[in-house]
Amino acid sequence: MKKLINRPEDVVTEELRGIAAAHADIVKVYFEPNYIVRADAPAMGKVALVSGGGSGHEPLHGGFVGFGMLDAACPGAVFTSPTPDQILEATQAVNGGAGVLHIVKNYTGDVMNFEMASDLARGEGITVESVVTNDDVAVQDSLYTAGRRGVGVTMLAEKICGAAAEQRRPLKEVAAVCRKVNAQGRSMGMALTSCTVPHAGKPTFDLPADEMEIGIGIHGEPGRTRIKLKSAAEITELLARSVLDDLPFKRGDAVLALVNGMGGTPLIELYVVYNELVRICTGRAVRIARNLVGSYVTSLEMAGCSITLLKLDDELISLWDAPVRTAALRWGM
Amino acid sequence: MSISCEAVLAWIRAAAGAMALHKDYLTQLDSAIGDGDHGANMDRGFQAVLARLPAVTAADIGTIFKTVGMTLVSTVGGAAGPLYGTFFIQLAAATAGKMQIDLSDWVAALQAGVDGVVMRGKASLGDKTMVDALTPALGSVKAAAADGASLPAALRRSAEAAERGMLATIPLVARKGRASYLGERSVGHQDPGATSSHLLLETAAETWANAG
Repeated sequence: MKKLINRPEDVVTEELRGIAAAHADIVKVYFEPNYIVRADAPAMGKVALVSGGGSGHEPLHGGFVGFGMLDAACPGAVFTSPTPDQILEATQAVNGGAGVLHIVKNYTGDVMNFEMASDLARGEGITVESVVTNDDVAVQDSLYTAGRRGVGVTMLAEKICGAAAEQRRPLKEVAAVCRKVNAQGRSMGMALTSCTVPHAGKPTFDLPADEMEIGIGIHGEPGRTRIKLKSAAEITELLARSVLDDLPFKRGDAVLALVNGMGGTPLIELYVVYNELVRICTGRAVRIARNLVGSYVTSLEMAGCSITLLKLDDELISLWDAPVRTAALRWGM
Repeated sequence: MSISCEAVLAWIRAAAGAMALHKDYLTQLDSAIGDGDHGANMDRGFQAVLARLPAVTAADIGTIFKTVGMTLVSTVGGAAGPLYGTFFIQLAAATAGKMQIDLSDWVAALQAGVDGVVMRGKASLGDKTMVDALTPALGSVKAAAADGASLPAALRRSAEAAERGMLATIPLVARKGRASYLGERSVGHQDPGATSSHLLLETAAETWANAG
Protein backbone atom coordinates (compact mmCIF):
# COMPACT_ATOMS: atom_id res chain seq x y z
CA MET A 1 0.00 0.00 0.00
CA LYS A 2 1.38 3.38 -1.09
CA LYS A 3 -0.48 6.27 0.53
CA LEU A 4 0.22 9.73 1.88
CA ILE A 5 -0.79 8.86 5.41
CA ASN A 6 0.76 8.50 8.84
CA ARG A 7 -1.09 5.69 10.63
CA PRO A 8 -4.23 4.17 9.03
CA GLU A 9 -6.20 4.66 12.26
CA ASP A 10 -5.41 8.41 12.26
CA VAL A 11 -6.40 9.21 8.67
CA VAL A 12 -9.90 10.54 9.33
CA THR A 13 -8.95 12.61 12.40
CA GLU A 14 -5.96 14.13 10.64
CA GLU A 15 -7.99 14.84 7.51
CA LEU A 16 -10.61 16.63 9.63
CA ARG A 17 -7.91 18.71 11.35
CA GLY A 18 -6.66 19.68 7.88
CA ILE A 19 -10.15 20.68 6.76
CA ALA A 20 -10.64 22.74 9.94
CA ALA A 21 -7.34 24.55 9.35
CA ALA A 22 -7.87 25.10 5.61
CA HIS A 23 -11.47 26.29 5.74
CA ALA A 24 -11.86 28.00 9.11
CA ASP A 25 -13.84 30.79 7.42
CA ILE A 26 -16.47 28.31 6.20
CA VAL A 27 -16.65 25.40 8.66
CA LYS A 28 -16.06 24.37 12.22
CA VAL A 29 -15.02 20.79 13.03
CA TYR A 30 -15.94 18.90 16.19
CA PHE A 31 -14.22 15.73 17.39
CA GLU A 32 -15.43 12.66 19.32
CA PRO A 33 -17.94 12.44 17.95
CA ASN A 34 -16.75 13.83 14.62
CA TYR A 35 -18.83 16.27 12.62
CA ILE A 36 -18.39 19.37 10.48
CA VAL A 37 -20.80 22.32 10.73
CA ARG A 38 -21.12 25.70 9.07
CA ALA A 39 -18.98 28.25 10.88
CA ASP A 40 -22.11 30.34 11.57
CA ALA A 41 -24.31 27.41 12.75
CA PRO A 42 -27.04 27.33 13.79
CA ALA A 43 -28.74 29.52 11.18
CA MET A 44 -31.83 30.56 13.11
CA GLY A 45 -35.15 30.10 11.37
CA LYS A 46 -33.60 28.14 8.49
CA VAL A 47 -34.18 24.46 7.78
CA ALA A 48 -30.85 22.73 8.48
CA LEU A 49 -29.46 20.09 6.12
CA VAL A 50 -27.44 17.22 7.55
CA SER A 51 -25.79 14.49 5.52
CA GLY A 52 -23.03 12.04 6.14
CA GLY A 53 -21.47 8.78 5.18
CA GLY A 54 -18.20 6.96 5.20
CA SER A 55 -14.99 8.92 4.70
CA GLY A 56 -13.07 8.35 1.49
CA HIS A 57 -15.67 10.05 -0.78
CA GLU A 58 -14.22 13.55 -0.44
CA PRO A 59 -15.24 16.22 -1.13
CA LEU A 60 -18.60 14.52 -0.32
CA HIS A 61 -19.94 15.47 2.28
CA GLY A 62 -17.68 17.75 4.36
CA GLY A 63 -16.59 19.75 1.31
CA PHE A 64 -20.22 20.73 0.77
CA VAL A 65 -20.82 22.30 4.18
CA GLY A 66 -21.36 26.05 3.99
CA PHE A 67 -23.72 28.77 2.77
CA GLY A 68 -26.25 27.46 0.25
CA MET A 69 -25.56 23.77 0.81
CA LEU A 70 -25.17 21.57 3.92
CA ASP A 71 -25.31 22.77 7.52
CA ALA A 72 -23.52 19.68 8.80
CA ALA A 73 -21.71 16.59 7.59
CA CYS A 74 -20.98 13.47 9.63
CA PRO A 75 -17.95 11.56 8.41
CA GLY A 76 -17.67 7.92 9.45
CA ALA A 77 -14.54 5.79 9.29
CA VAL A 78 -13.35 5.13 5.74
CA PHE A 79 -16.25 3.58 3.77
CA THR A 80 -18.17 3.09 7.03
CA SER A 81 -21.33 4.97 7.85
CA PRO A 82 -21.32 7.47 10.73
CA THR A 83 -22.85 6.44 14.05
CA PRO A 84 -26.14 7.65 15.59
CA ASP A 85 -24.43 9.67 18.37
CA GLN A 86 -22.48 11.66 15.76
CA ILE A 87 -25.55 12.32 13.65
CA LEU A 88 -27.58 13.29 16.73
CA GLU A 89 -25.00 15.82 17.93
CA ALA A 90 -24.65 17.32 14.46
CA THR A 91 -28.44 17.57 14.21
CA GLN A 92 -28.61 19.36 17.58
CA ALA A 93 -25.74 21.69 16.65
CA VAL A 94 -27.37 22.98 13.46
CA ASN A 95 -31.02 22.96 14.47
CA GLY A 96 -32.17 26.57 14.02
CA GLY A 97 -35.73 25.88 15.08
CA ALA A 98 -37.13 25.26 11.59
CA GLY A 99 -36.43 21.53 11.54
CA VAL A 100 -33.67 19.39 10.13
CA LEU A 101 -33.51 17.45 6.86
CA HIS A 102 -31.36 14.30 6.81
CA ILE A 103 -30.14 13.48 3.30
CA VAL A 104 -29.15 9.81 3.37
CA LYS A 105 -27.58 7.70 0.65
CA ASN A 106 -29.31 4.35 0.29
CA TYR A 107 -26.73 2.09 1.84
CA THR A 108 -27.88 -0.33 4.53
CA GLY A 109 -25.55 1.05 7.21
CA ASP A 110 -26.23 4.71 6.43
CA VAL A 111 -29.98 4.16 6.48
CA MET A 112 -29.94 2.27 9.81
CA ASN A 113 -27.64 4.73 11.58
CA PHE A 114 -29.59 7.78 10.37
CA GLU A 115 -32.82 6.02 11.36
CA MET A 116 -31.57 5.49 14.91
CA ALA A 117 -30.31 9.11 15.03
CA SER A 118 -33.58 10.63 13.80
CA ASP A 119 -35.49 8.58 16.42
CA LEU A 120 -33.18 10.01 19.10
CA ALA A 121 -33.46 13.58 17.74
CA ARG A 122 -37.27 13.40 17.66
CA GLY A 123 -37.12 12.19 21.25
CA GLU A 124 -35.38 15.48 22.03
CA GLY A 125 -38.10 17.50 20.35
CA ILE A 126 -36.34 18.25 17.05
CA THR A 127 -38.44 17.94 13.89
CA VAL A 128 -36.54 15.70 11.48
CA GLU A 129 -37.40 14.62 7.95
CA SER A 130 -35.29 12.10 6.06
CA VAL A 131 -34.89 11.62 2.35
CA VAL A 132 -33.03 8.57 1.09
CA THR A 133 -31.33 8.98 -2.31
CA ASN A 134 -31.25 5.97 -4.62
CA ASP A 135 -30.20 7.01 -8.12
CA ASP A 136 -27.82 4.20 -9.14
CA VAL A 137 -29.37 2.43 -12.13
CA ALA A 138 -26.77 -0.38 -11.95
CA VAL A 139 -28.71 -1.99 -9.12
CA GLN A 140 -31.97 -3.80 -9.69
CA ASP A 141 -34.59 -2.21 -7.48
CA SER A 142 -36.58 -5.11 -6.11
CA LEU A 143 -37.74 -6.68 -2.90
CA TYR A 144 -34.72 -8.94 -3.13
CA THR A 145 -31.95 -6.37 -2.87
CA ALA A 146 -31.15 -3.49 -0.54
CA GLY A 147 -32.41 -1.30 -3.40
CA ARG A 148 -30.60 1.20 -5.57
CA ARG A 149 -27.63 2.97 -4.06
CA GLY A 150 -27.48 6.70 -3.50
CA VAL A 151 -24.60 8.16 -5.53
CA GLY A 152 -24.10 11.31 -7.68
CA VAL A 153 -27.61 12.68 -7.22
CA THR A 154 -26.86 13.08 -3.51
CA MET A 155 -24.54 16.05 -4.04
CA LEU A 156 -26.94 17.65 -6.54
CA ALA A 157 -29.72 17.29 -3.95
CA GLU A 158 -27.48 18.85 -1.28
CA LYS A 159 -26.80 21.90 -3.50
CA ILE A 160 -30.37 22.36 -4.69
CA CYS A 161 -32.00 21.78 -1.28
CA GLY A 162 -29.39 24.01 0.36
CA ALA A 163 -30.55 26.85 -1.91
CA ALA A 164 -34.20 26.12 -1.09
CA ALA A 165 -33.40 26.25 2.63
CA GLU A 166 -31.58 29.60 2.22
CA GLN A 167 -34.85 30.96 0.76
CA ARG A 168 -36.33 30.08 4.16
CA ARG A 169 -38.69 27.54 2.68
CA PRO A 170 -40.30 25.28 5.31
CA LEU A 171 -39.03 21.75 6.03
CA LYS A 172 -41.86 20.03 4.13
CA GLU A 173 -41.03 22.01 0.97
CA VAL A 174 -37.27 21.48 1.23
CA ALA A 175 -37.86 17.75 1.70
CA ALA A 176 -40.23 17.75 -1.30
CA VAL A 177 -37.54 19.41 -3.46
CA CYS A 178 -35.09 16.72 -2.29
CA ARG A 179 -37.49 13.93 -3.25
CA LYS A 180 -38.07 15.57 -6.63
CA VAL A 181 -34.32 15.76 -7.34
CA ASN A 182 -33.95 12.11 -6.36
CA ALA A 183 -36.93 11.09 -8.48
CA GLN A 184 -35.64 12.95 -11.56
CA GLY A 185 -31.97 11.99 -11.32
CA ARG A 186 -30.18 8.82 -12.39
CA SER A 187 -26.54 7.69 -12.25
CA MET A 188 -24.19 4.91 -13.23
CA GLY A 189 -20.49 4.45 -12.59
CA MET A 190 -17.54 2.36 -13.71
CA ALA A 191 -14.07 1.58 -12.38
CA LEU A 192 -10.76 1.14 -14.18
CA THR A 193 -8.96 0.21 -10.96
CA SER A 194 -9.83 -0.88 -7.45
CA CYS A 195 -9.03 1.14 -4.34
CA THR A 196 -7.35 0.40 -1.02
CA VAL A 197 -9.02 1.15 2.30
CA PRO A 198 -6.15 2.35 4.55
CA HIS A 199 -6.84 -0.07 7.41
CA ALA A 200 -7.38 -2.99 4.99
CA GLY A 201 -4.00 -2.37 3.37
CA LYS A 202 -4.83 -4.10 0.11
CA PRO A 203 -7.19 -3.42 -2.80
CA THR A 204 -10.88 -4.11 -2.12
CA PHE A 205 -11.06 -6.18 -5.31
CA ASP A 206 -8.67 -7.29 -8.01
CA LEU A 207 -9.14 -5.92 -11.49
CA PRO A 208 -6.84 -7.21 -14.24
CA ALA A 209 -5.02 -4.56 -16.27
CA ASP A 210 -7.22 -5.05 -19.36
CA GLU A 211 -10.61 -5.20 -17.62
CA MET A 212 -13.06 -2.75 -16.08
CA GLU A 213 -15.94 -3.01 -13.65
CA ILE A 214 -19.30 -1.64 -14.79
CA GLY A 215 -21.96 -0.56 -12.31
CA ILE A 216 -19.55 0.10 -9.49
CA GLY A 217 -20.75 1.55 -6.19
CA ILE A 218 -18.86 4.25 -4.34
CA HIS A 219 -17.45 2.06 -1.58
CA GLY A 220 -15.20 -0.02 -3.77
CA GLU A 221 -17.83 -2.74 -3.73
CA PRO A 222 -17.63 -4.62 -7.00
CA GLY A 223 -20.18 -3.82 -9.69
CA ARG A 224 -22.43 -6.14 -11.65
CA THR A 225 -20.31 -7.02 -14.65
CA ARG A 226 -16.69 -7.11 -15.54
CA ILE A 227 -15.73 -6.64 -19.18
CA LYS A 228 -12.71 -5.94 -21.35
CA LEU A 229 -11.51 -2.37 -21.43
CA LYS A 230 -13.12 -0.21 -24.12
CA SER A 231 -12.69 3.30 -25.54
CA ALA A 232 -14.04 6.37 -23.77
CA ALA A 233 -16.69 6.65 -26.50
CA GLU A 234 -17.92 3.09 -25.87
CA ILE A 235 -17.76 3.39 -22.07
CA THR A 236 -19.66 6.68 -22.08
CA GLU A 237 -22.24 5.18 -24.45
CA LEU A 238 -22.69 2.22 -22.07
CA LEU A 239 -23.17 4.41 -18.99
CA ALA A 240 -25.20 7.14 -20.69
CA ARG A 241 -27.56 4.71 -22.40
CA SER A 242 -28.36 2.96 -19.10
CA VAL A 243 -28.97 6.32 -17.41
CA LEU A 244 -31.01 7.84 -20.27
CA ASP A 245 -33.21 4.77 -20.76
CA ASP A 246 -33.95 4.34 -17.09
CA LEU A 247 -35.88 7.52 -16.21
CA PRO A 248 -36.36 7.68 -19.20
CA PHE A 249 -35.02 11.05 -20.37
CA LYS A 250 -36.99 12.17 -23.42
CA ARG A 251 -36.43 14.37 -26.48
CA GLY A 252 -36.57 18.02 -25.46
CA ASP A 253 -35.73 17.39 -21.80
CA ALA A 254 -33.35 19.87 -20.18
CA VAL A 255 -30.81 18.18 -17.91
CA LEU A 256 -27.97 18.84 -15.54
CA ALA A 257 -25.07 16.55 -16.51
CA LEU A 258 -22.52 15.55 -13.91
CA VAL A 259 -19.40 13.73 -15.08
CA ASN A 260 -17.85 12.66 -11.83
CA GLY A 261 -14.35 11.29 -11.27
CA MET A 262 -13.92 8.41 -8.79
CA GLY A 263 -10.79 9.94 -7.24
CA GLY A 264 -7.95 8.62 -9.39
CA THR A 265 -9.03 9.87 -12.80
CA PRO A 266 -7.47 13.03 -14.21
CA LEU A 267 -9.66 15.88 -15.39
CA ILE A 268 -8.36 15.43 -18.94
CA GLU A 269 -10.16 12.06 -19.10
CA LEU A 270 -13.32 13.43 -17.49
CA TYR A 271 -13.52 16.07 -20.23
CA VAL A 272 -13.04 13.36 -22.87
CA VAL A 273 -16.04 11.59 -21.31
CA TYR A 274 -18.03 14.85 -21.15
CA ASN A 275 -17.35 15.43 -24.84
CA GLU A 276 -18.79 11.98 -25.62
CA LEU A 277 -21.76 12.63 -23.33
CA VAL A 278 -22.59 15.86 -25.18
CA ARG A 279 -22.54 13.94 -28.48
CA ILE A 280 -24.85 11.23 -27.11
CA CYS A 281 -27.29 13.69 -25.53
CA THR A 282 -27.36 15.84 -28.67
CA GLY A 283 -28.16 12.73 -30.70
CA ARG A 284 -31.16 12.10 -28.47
CA ALA A 285 -32.22 15.78 -28.42
CA VAL A 286 -31.65 15.93 -24.67
CA ARG A 287 -30.39 19.43 -23.86
CA ILE A 288 -27.62 19.80 -21.28
CA ALA A 289 -28.68 23.07 -19.63
CA ARG A 290 -26.17 22.88 -16.78
CA ASN A 291 -23.08 20.75 -16.20
CA LEU A 292 -20.48 19.88 -13.64
CA VAL A 293 -17.24 18.06 -14.48
CA GLY A 294 -14.85 17.02 -11.73
CA SER A 295 -14.28 14.62 -8.83
CA TYR A 296 -17.05 15.21 -6.30
CA VAL A 297 -18.24 11.78 -5.13
CA THR A 298 -15.14 9.64 -4.98
CA SER A 299 -13.86 6.25 -3.83
CA LEU A 300 -10.37 7.00 -2.51
CA GLU A 301 -7.88 6.55 -5.39
CA MET A 302 -10.15 4.52 -7.65
CA ALA A 303 -9.82 5.37 -11.34
CA GLY A 304 -13.10 5.60 -13.19
CA CYS A 305 -16.11 7.83 -13.51
CA SER A 306 -19.82 8.08 -13.05
CA ILE A 307 -22.42 9.90 -15.08
CA THR A 308 -25.43 11.53 -13.46
CA LEU A 309 -28.27 13.17 -15.34
CA LEU A 310 -30.90 15.25 -13.54
CA LYS A 311 -34.01 16.38 -15.38
CA LEU A 312 -34.35 20.13 -14.81
CA ASP A 313 -37.23 22.58 -14.69
CA ASP A 314 -37.17 26.32 -14.00
CA GLU A 315 -37.34 25.81 -10.24
CA LEU A 316 -34.38 23.41 -10.15
CA ILE A 317 -32.33 25.60 -12.53
CA SER A 318 -32.79 28.70 -10.35
CA LEU A 319 -31.94 26.73 -7.18
CA TRP A 320 -28.86 25.25 -8.87
CA ASP A 321 -27.72 28.73 -9.98
CA ALA A 322 -28.23 30.26 -6.51
CA PRO A 323 -25.07 31.33 -4.62
CA VAL A 324 -23.09 28.67 -2.78
CA ARG A 325 -19.95 28.95 -0.69
CA THR A 326 -18.40 25.67 0.46
CA ALA A 327 -14.88 24.24 0.35
CA ALA A 328 -15.54 22.27 -2.83
CA LEU A 329 -18.31 24.16 -4.61
CA ARG A 330 -18.65 27.92 -4.75
CA TRP A 331 -20.17 30.44 -7.09
CA GLY A 332 -22.25 33.59 -7.07
CA MET A 333 -20.64 34.98 -3.93
CA MET B 1 -27.08 -24.08 36.62
CA SER B 2 -26.80 -20.41 35.85
CA ILE B 3 -24.65 -17.69 34.34
CA SER B 4 -23.26 -15.07 36.73
CA CYS B 5 -22.34 -11.45 36.05
CA GLU B 6 -18.71 -12.56 36.12
CA ALA B 7 -19.45 -15.20 33.46
CA VAL B 8 -21.18 -12.60 31.28
CA LEU B 9 -18.14 -10.33 31.54
CA ALA B 10 -15.92 -13.30 30.67
CA TRP B 11 -18.05 -13.95 27.55
CA ILE B 12 -17.74 -10.34 26.38
CA ARG B 13 -13.97 -10.49 26.87
CA ALA B 14 -13.81 -13.78 24.96
CA ALA B 15 -15.94 -12.32 22.15
CA ALA B 16 -13.62 -9.30 21.95
CA GLY B 17 -10.67 -11.69 21.78
CA ALA B 18 -12.31 -13.66 18.96
CA MET B 19 -13.08 -10.49 16.96
CA ALA B 20 -9.43 -9.40 17.30
CA LEU B 21 -8.15 -12.87 16.38
CA HIS B 22 -10.43 -13.18 13.34
CA LYS B 23 -10.28 -9.53 12.29
CA ASP B 24 -8.43 -10.22 9.02
CA TYR B 25 -10.59 -13.26 8.24
CA LEU B 26 -13.82 -11.24 8.64
CA THR B 27 -12.37 -8.45 6.50
CA GLN B 28 -11.34 -10.97 3.85
CA LEU B 29 -14.89 -12.42 3.74
CA ASP B 30 -16.30 -8.89 3.53
CA SER B 31 -13.94 -7.90 0.72
CA ALA B 32 -15.37 -10.67 -1.42
CA ILE B 33 -18.98 -9.49 -1.25
CA GLY B 34 -19.00 -6.23 0.72
CA ASP B 35 -16.63 -3.36 1.26
CA GLY B 36 -13.92 -5.01 3.32
CA ASP B 37 -14.38 -3.34 6.67
CA HIS B 38 -16.29 -5.83 8.84
CA GLY B 39 -13.27 -7.16 10.73
CA ALA B 40 -11.82 -3.74 11.45
CA ASN B 41 -15.22 -2.39 12.52
CA MET B 42 -16.05 -5.27 14.86
CA ASP B 43 -12.57 -5.19 16.38
CA ARG B 44 -12.74 -1.41 16.92
CA GLY B 45 -16.16 -1.80 18.57
CA PHE B 46 -15.19 -4.63 20.89
CA GLN B 47 -11.92 -2.94 21.88
CA ALA B 48 -14.03 0.08 22.91
CA VAL B 49 -16.31 -2.29 24.84
CA LEU B 50 -13.28 -3.77 26.68
CA ALA B 51 -12.25 -0.26 27.72
CA ARG B 52 -15.67 0.33 29.27
CA LEU B 53 -16.09 -3.01 31.08
CA PRO B 54 -14.17 -1.96 34.24
CA ALA B 55 -17.00 0.53 34.92
CA VAL B 56 -19.61 -2.26 35.07
CA THR B 57 -17.81 -5.04 36.97
CA ALA B 58 -20.22 -4.63 39.89
CA ALA B 59 -23.30 -4.06 37.75
CA ASP B 60 -26.23 -6.36 36.93
CA ILE B 61 -26.29 -8.36 33.71
CA GLY B 62 -28.73 -5.95 32.05
CA THR B 63 -26.41 -3.01 32.68
CA ILE B 64 -23.44 -4.95 31.30
CA PHE B 65 -25.33 -5.80 28.09
CA LYS B 66 -26.61 -2.23 27.77
CA THR B 67 -23.08 -0.87 28.02
CA VAL B 68 -21.93 -3.32 25.35
CA GLY B 69 -24.84 -2.37 23.07
CA MET B 70 -24.50 1.39 23.42
CA THR B 71 -20.74 1.17 22.91
CA LEU B 72 -21.11 -0.93 19.74
CA VAL B 73 -23.74 1.49 18.33
CA SER B 74 -21.38 4.43 18.76
CA THR B 75 -18.15 2.79 17.64
CA VAL B 76 -18.77 0.11 15.00
CA GLY B 77 -20.54 2.10 12.28
CA GLY B 78 -21.70 0.46 9.08
CA ALA B 79 -24.72 -1.81 9.32
CA ALA B 80 -23.09 -3.98 11.97
CA GLY B 81 -23.11 -1.15 14.55
CA PRO B 82 -26.88 -0.66 14.71
CA LEU B 83 -27.50 -4.41 14.31
CA TYR B 84 -25.17 -5.71 17.03
CA GLY B 85 -25.95 -2.64 19.15
CA THR B 86 -29.65 -3.44 18.93
CA PHE B 87 -28.91 -7.13 19.68
CA PHE B 88 -27.16 -6.32 22.97
CA ILE B 89 -29.62 -3.56 23.92
CA GLN B 90 -32.43 -6.13 23.55
CA LEU B 91 -30.45 -8.67 25.62
CA ALA B 92 -30.16 -5.91 28.22
CA ALA B 93 -33.89 -5.24 28.28
CA ALA B 94 -34.55 -8.96 28.83
CA THR B 95 -32.02 -9.28 31.66
CA ALA B 96 -32.48 -5.92 33.42
CA GLY B 97 -31.66 -6.06 37.13
CA LYS B 98 -30.61 -9.73 37.10
CA MET B 99 -27.42 -10.79 38.88
CA GLN B 100 -27.58 -14.25 37.31
CA ILE B 101 -29.53 -15.90 34.51
CA ASP B 102 -30.54 -19.50 33.86
CA LEU B 103 -31.20 -21.26 30.56
CA SER B 104 -34.79 -20.03 30.28
CA ASP B 105 -33.61 -16.45 30.89
CA TRP B 106 -30.98 -16.87 28.16
CA VAL B 107 -33.57 -18.26 25.73
CA ALA B 108 -35.80 -15.24 26.39
CA ALA B 109 -32.86 -12.84 26.06
CA LEU B 110 -31.64 -14.40 22.81
CA GLN B 111 -35.20 -14.31 21.45
CA ALA B 112 -35.35 -10.56 22.22
CA GLY B 113 -31.92 -10.01 20.68
CA VAL B 114 -32.73 -11.87 17.47
CA ASP B 115 -36.12 -10.13 17.19
CA GLY B 116 -34.31 -6.79 17.54
CA VAL B 117 -31.88 -7.63 14.73
CA VAL B 118 -34.73 -8.72 12.45
CA MET B 119 -36.69 -5.54 13.26
CA ARG B 120 -33.70 -3.24 12.60
CA GLY B 121 -32.35 -4.98 9.51
CA LYS B 122 -35.61 -6.31 8.06
CA ALA B 123 -33.83 -9.47 6.90
CA SER B 124 -35.40 -12.92 6.75
CA LEU B 125 -33.83 -16.35 6.99
CA GLY B 126 -32.01 -17.12 3.73
CA ASP B 127 -31.17 -13.50 2.86
CA LYS B 128 -27.47 -14.26 3.52
CA THR B 129 -27.10 -12.15 6.68
CA MET B 130 -26.44 -12.43 10.43
CA VAL B 131 -29.99 -13.74 10.76
CA ASP B 132 -28.93 -16.99 9.05
CA ALA B 133 -26.66 -17.78 12.02
CA LEU B 134 -28.77 -16.22 14.77
CA THR B 135 -32.17 -17.71 13.95
CA PRO B 136 -31.02 -21.36 13.86
CA ALA B 137 -29.02 -20.74 17.06
CA LEU B 138 -32.17 -19.48 18.75
CA GLY B 139 -34.21 -22.42 17.43
CA SER B 140 -31.66 -24.93 18.71
CA VAL B 141 -31.30 -23.44 22.18
CA LYS B 142 -35.10 -23.40 22.49
CA ALA B 143 -35.34 -27.03 21.39
CA ALA B 144 -32.53 -28.02 23.76
CA ALA B 145 -34.23 -26.25 26.65
CA ALA B 146 -37.48 -28.07 25.82
CA ASP B 147 -35.57 -31.39 25.78
CA GLY B 148 -34.32 -30.64 29.30
CA ALA B 149 -30.71 -30.28 28.18
CA SER B 150 -28.19 -28.74 30.58
CA LEU B 151 -27.15 -25.14 30.06
CA PRO B 152 -23.71 -26.00 28.62
CA ALA B 153 -25.22 -28.67 26.33
CA ALA B 154 -27.91 -26.27 25.10
CA LEU B 155 -25.33 -23.57 24.38
CA ARG B 156 -23.19 -26.07 22.51
CA ARG B 157 -26.15 -27.09 20.31
CA SER B 158 -26.91 -23.41 19.76
CA ALA B 159 -23.34 -22.64 18.65
CA GLU B 160 -23.34 -25.67 16.32
CA ALA B 161 -26.59 -24.51 14.74
CA ALA B 162 -25.06 -21.06 14.25
CA GLU B 163 -22.08 -22.67 12.54
CA ARG B 164 -24.31 -24.70 10.21
CA GLY B 165 -26.33 -21.56 9.46
CA MET B 166 -23.13 -19.65 8.74
CA LEU B 167 -21.87 -22.33 6.34
CA ALA B 168 -25.29 -22.51 4.71
CA THR B 169 -24.91 -18.87 3.60
CA ILE B 170 -22.17 -19.90 1.12
CA PRO B 171 -24.48 -20.99 -1.75
CA LEU B 172 -27.05 -18.26 -1.11
CA VAL B 173 -27.74 -15.17 -3.22
CA ALA B 174 -27.53 -12.12 -0.93
CA ARG B 175 -30.78 -10.18 -0.62
CA LYS B 176 -29.86 -7.57 1.99
CA GLY B 177 -26.95 -5.24 2.58
CA ARG B 178 -24.15 -4.40 0.21
CA ALA B 179 -23.69 -7.99 -0.93
CA SER B 180 -27.16 -7.85 -2.52
CA TYR B 181 -25.80 -5.50 -5.20
CA LEU B 182 -23.81 -8.43 -6.54
CA GLY B 183 -26.82 -10.62 -7.21
CA GLU B 184 -25.65 -14.06 -8.40
CA ARG B 185 -22.02 -13.04 -7.89
CA SER B 186 -22.54 -13.29 -4.12
CA VAL B 187 -22.98 -17.06 -4.47
CA GLY B 188 -20.03 -19.11 -3.23
CA HIS B 189 -19.01 -16.69 -0.48
CA GLN B 190 -19.68 -17.06 3.25
CA ASP B 191 -21.50 -14.12 4.77
CA PRO B 192 -19.24 -12.08 7.08
CA GLY B 193 -22.14 -11.03 9.35
CA ALA B 194 -23.24 -14.63 9.86
CA THR B 195 -19.59 -15.41 10.63
CA SER B 196 -19.25 -12.76 13.35
CA SER B 197 -22.60 -13.88 14.79
CA HIS B 198 -21.28 -17.44 14.96
CA LEU B 199 -18.18 -16.17 16.77
CA LEU B 200 -20.41 -14.57 19.42
CA LEU B 201 -22.43 -17.74 20.04
CA GLU B 202 -19.35 -19.98 19.87
CA THR B 203 -17.52 -17.90 22.49
CA ALA B 204 -20.66 -17.99 24.68
CA ALA B 205 -20.74 -21.81 24.50
CA GLU B 206 -17.00 -22.02 25.24
CA THR B 207 -17.03 -19.50 28.07
CA TRP B 208 -20.12 -20.94 29.70
CA ALA B 209 -19.19 -24.61 29.15
CA ASN B 210 -18.73 -25.01 32.89
CA ALA B 211 -21.46 -22.60 33.94
CA GLY B 212 -22.89 -23.19 37.33
